[in-house]
Amino acid sequence: MNNFFEIAYWIPLLPFIGFLVNGLGRNSLSRSVTSLIGCGTILASFALSIWVFLQVKNGSVGEVSYFNFISVGELQIPFAFKIDQLSSIFLLIITGVGFLIHVYSTAYMHEERSAHFARYFSYLNLFVFSMLLLVMGANYVIMFIGWEGVGLCSYLLIGYWFKNTEFNKAANKAFIMNRIGDLAFLIAIFWIIARVGNANFNDVFAVAQGNVEGKKFSASDITLVTMLLFIGATGKSAQIPLYTWLPDAMAGPTPVSALIHAATMVTAGVYMIARSNILYSLSSVTMEVVAIVGLATALLAATIAIKQNDIKKVLAYSTVSQLGFMFLALGTGAYVAAVFHVMTHAFFKALLFLGSGSVIHAMGGEQDIRKMGGLSKKLSITYFTFLIGCIAISGIPPFSGFFSKDAILLSAFEHNKILYAVALFAALLTAFYMFRLLFLTFSGKFRGTDEQKHHLHESPSAMTIPLIILAILSVVGGFVGIPEVFKANGDKLSSFLSPVISKTGEHHVSHSTEYMLMGLSTGLVLLMIIFAWFKFRNYKSSESKGFGKLLENKWYVDEIYDRAIVNPLHRFAGFLKDVFDKKIVDGLVNGVGKAVQYSGRQLRLLQSGQVGIYVLLMVLGMLLIFVIQFFLRK
Amino acid sequence: MIPVLLILIPLLGGLSAFFIKNEKSSRIWTLLISLIVLVFGVYGVTLKAGAAGLTYNGEWMQALGGSFSVALDGMGQLLCLLTAIGFPLIFAATWNNTYKNANRFFALMLLSQAGLMGVFVAMDALLFYFFWELALIPVYFLCSQWGGEDRIRVTFKFFIYTFVGSVLMLIGILYLQSQTPDHSFSIYSFYKLELSPNTQSWLFWLFFAAFAIKMPVWPLHTWQPDTYEKSPGAVTMVLSGIMVKMGVLGLIRWLLPVFPVAAYSWGDVVGTLCIIGIIYASLIAIRQDDIRRLIAYSSIAHIGLMCLAVFSANESGMQGVMIQMFNHGINIIGLWILADIIEKKYGTRKMSGLGGLAQQAPVMSIFFVIIALANIALPLTNGFVGEFLMFNGVINTASNYYFIFIIGAGMGIILGAVYTLNMVRKTFYGANIVPSSGMPDLSWNEKLALSVIVIIILILGVYPQLFLNISEDISKMIVNKVDVRGLISK
Repeated sequence: MNNFFEIAYWIPLLPFIGFLVNGLGRNSLSRSVTSLIGCGTILASFALSIWVFLQVKNGSVGEVSYFNFISVGELQIPFAFKIDQLSSIFLLIITGVGFLIHVYSTAYMHEERSAHFARYFSYLNLFVFSMLLLVMGANYVIMFIGWEGVGLCSYLLIGYWFKNTEFNKAANKAFIMNRIGDLAFLIAIFWIIARVGNANFNDVFAVAQGNVEGKKFSASDITLVTMLLFIGATGKSAQIPLYTWLPDAMAGPTPVSALIHAATMVTAGVYMIARSNILYSLSSVTMEVVAIVGLATALLAATIAIKQNDIKKVLAYSTVSQLGFMFLALGTGAYVAAVFHVMTHAFFKALLFLGSGSVIHAMGGEQDIRKMGGLSKKLSITYFTFLIGCIAISGIPPFSGFFSKDAILLSAFEHNKILYAVALFAALLTAFYMFRLLFLTFSGKFRGTDEQKHHLHESPSAMTIPLIILAILSVVGGFVGIPEVFKANGDKLSSFLSPVISKTGEHHVSHSTEYMLMGLSTGLVLLMIIFAWFKFRNYKSSESKGFGKLLENKWYVDEIYDRAIVNPLHRFAGFLKDVFDKKIVDGLVNGVGKAVQYSGRQLRLLQSGQVGIYVLLMVLGMLLIFVIQFFLRK
Repeated sequence: MIPVLLILIPLLGGLSAFFIKNEKSSRIWTLLISLIVLVFGVYGVTLKAGAAGLTYNGEWMQALGGSFSVALDGMGQLLCLLTAIGFPLIFAATWNNTYKNANRFFALMLLSQAGLMGVFVAMDALLFYFFWELALIPVYFLCSQWGGEDRIRVTFKFFIYTFVGSVLMLIGILYLQSQTPDHSFSIYSFYKLELSPNTQSWLFWLFFAAFAIKMPVWPLHTWQPDTYEKSPGAVTMVLSGIMVKMGVLGLIRWLLPVFPVAAYSWGDVVGTLCIIGIIYASLIAIRQDDIRRLIAYSSIAHIGLMCLAVFSANESGMQGVMIQMFNHGINIIGLWILADIIEKKYGTRKMSGLGGLAQQAPVMSIFFVIIALANIALPLTNGFVGEFLMFNGVINTASNYYFIFIIGAGMGIILGAVYTLNMVRKTFYGANIVPSSGMPDLSWNEKLALSVIVIIILILGVYPQLFLNISEDISKMIVNKVDVRGLISK
């Protein structure tokens, strides 16, 4: 352990202090003070994270334990942080992107009353705190604390505009669906504790690898634990079957969607599996499931995104779909590619969300892309950065998304040709729906009201500067993971992460095949974009029919869940409340009571109506006996 | 002498409160007494269990074989602390509530506190029974005299229910005493008894019935929602925050170690009841419109988990129950305080008639959200630690059905989030339905009480070791006594 890591606790503590100050002082602090505290604490955390990252890069990794959180018998759960290659990368993403989004928020939320403005920033800081706990924890319990903490902040921020009942329902839905996953995560933790004796990553992995005398994970234990952890991940990272909360979560302010529901929180599941890669590599069953669920989610969400008309909904389904790609990577053993995609996705998806925020800001709250169009002239910075985001997510070289998505597709190709084909198709859909979004929003004629047209303006610099920085990152972010074909030792990310993520064999694909695959995907993506251009450059709204309607209605998954689970449960609960509990359970009790009362009436003892007096006398008598016995015993 | 003082101060304070006719004076007197008790309660926790000041053996009811044997072990320390903190909190939070014949009301409250303290420290079965009744009977009066409409019927049911339980327990106690070689009621003589499995079996159910009614465990729960709904706010707080712990303590101290074999062989049956209770009560809570009834059913679910964890009979589960008994008390008192304030201010406790309170009363809504989150065991609140340890206990239980138990109990985690967040949403969020009450957000006394609760929630959430250390020895001791696996396999 290195002594200088002892101060690592400041990284999460600073945002927590920001939360407290802004939260408690919300009625007295001015907007500028609130902004300063909110952004400043994150900036300081970011600076510390860079410092930690540089230390890690120089080879110092370690764990630092602060106090015993829970200690019962053999079970010890220290409040400990693990600082290594994996967590340091996530620290940079969280605090770096987090800082930009905080800055953006100062302008975006400026019209809120100052108390609410401070409330917003306190929640946002609390989120960063929880997210940092999640990635810094040295055992599954600390990770779980952060895990539920980010869920809470997500809930609070989705329902930030609490006067709107629909928004609050979306917030509840997010929290509850996450809780389903959290339960599985918890049970996994208990299972681990039962086998290992604690939940520290190092001990768990050592036992899993059979390096510890007397403690053992059987194959079925590992499959069970990894499956449970994965169910936890499907909740947080919005995978089938627990993904439906994420599109609804767009009810929150747009910067929140960028930070929580695109760049950081929803990637927590990816982090968790990457962190547990030693366990996952030991269970081929779970790996298959992860890959298939990931791919199915990527495809399903992409098909839905094609037909959405709300700018944020398109991006939300896109996020679900991209997360699916990450899980596909995890399931095929390409952990590094998954982390890589988390990173590039954080850049371009945050960029796209913030860009959409800028559009919504300019349109006076309008989110329907059918009522937009032609915005590129008035919002040139937003347009240009949004375009970069679209290119990056579509996977056109040399933008960042190309490298990470290529790594995933390659891994799928090595694993199974069918997986590859489906994944490629989903990637083409990505390009299609993103450019549909771009063209509908920024090209063609303006389709909104005259008032909106008059109002159109580029956003202030507090919003455009983060856009520009994120755009630059979206362009160059992929260069940390250049594949071997292009440049020997170009994949710096893999070599950096190699101490944490065991390499799962070298590539089996020849260079020529690799070039061919890249050429194929790039060529098809370009075709898709051209297709989208012809289809949507001059958009005229039309009613969708048949399959299109099915997609527009999101395959009716929400309705199916309601009919199959929510409503029956609701009715059953009503039956329990109004019939079973009242008539049957209590009825039985009353029946017994009445029988007794009846015999009592026969005895004419209780009929005097003086039960109270009897009992009172009884109490007083008892007290008297007690007091006499106690004081006069000698 | 500490345990004796914890009983005597509220007892004498309560008896003298009968004679203070002036309402204001009786109110101040009661608060004063409860604060003095608090001082001793806190002092009692600072001592190491087994210290000289924590036990007292006097003569009492010798003719019957009883003795005034009281002691504060780790569990007693925590529960007495809960009682000692709970009462002044309740008095402070309900400071502005008015009662007719206030002196009697407060006197009975203090008598009830004395009884509770007695239950938590008694190490003699006769004494235990005596205090058990002493704690209940004042509550019976409090409900029937100061309760809401329909109070007589509700209280009558409550009384009969608990009374039947008490009588069953008394029969058990008398039988046990007859079995001891020295005809003693001492718990230590009970612990030494070696009863045949069959005898254990029927005695087990006598005691279990009494404790299960008090907690309550499904299906013996139907007195509870009515009573919680109709009692005066302060009484409901005592009942659900502190008094249900009598039942849990009974299980831990008087049931498991005395009938370990029966506890082992009936464990699955009890576990099944608990699981049904957790899911059943949570589902009903989802459909409640009345905040009080919602909290009442939520409490049944939480207690079900505690009971399940007690029967897991391992250190993790036991420690989880120990800290959760305290946590549940603090948290639910907080919820009741808020429910009481809402009802006072807006004249209804139906969620359909509420909504948007976060705009009128932001401070109240912040308190409510924090306490609600502790109630659903969010990490870094006190509720998490207890539930975490209890679940960890349940999964390590000797039962073959542990996986069903953990999944069933886990449903409570999900459903708990459903009804709690729905309550928050319907009451505090949404468009404003209720006209402004014209009253300030929260009065100083309410703020004070709720702040104390929130501080406890956070301290124990971050550093639970503070309390886990206190109950460690007693948990180990109980678990050792109950561990019959070796015995069974023979």
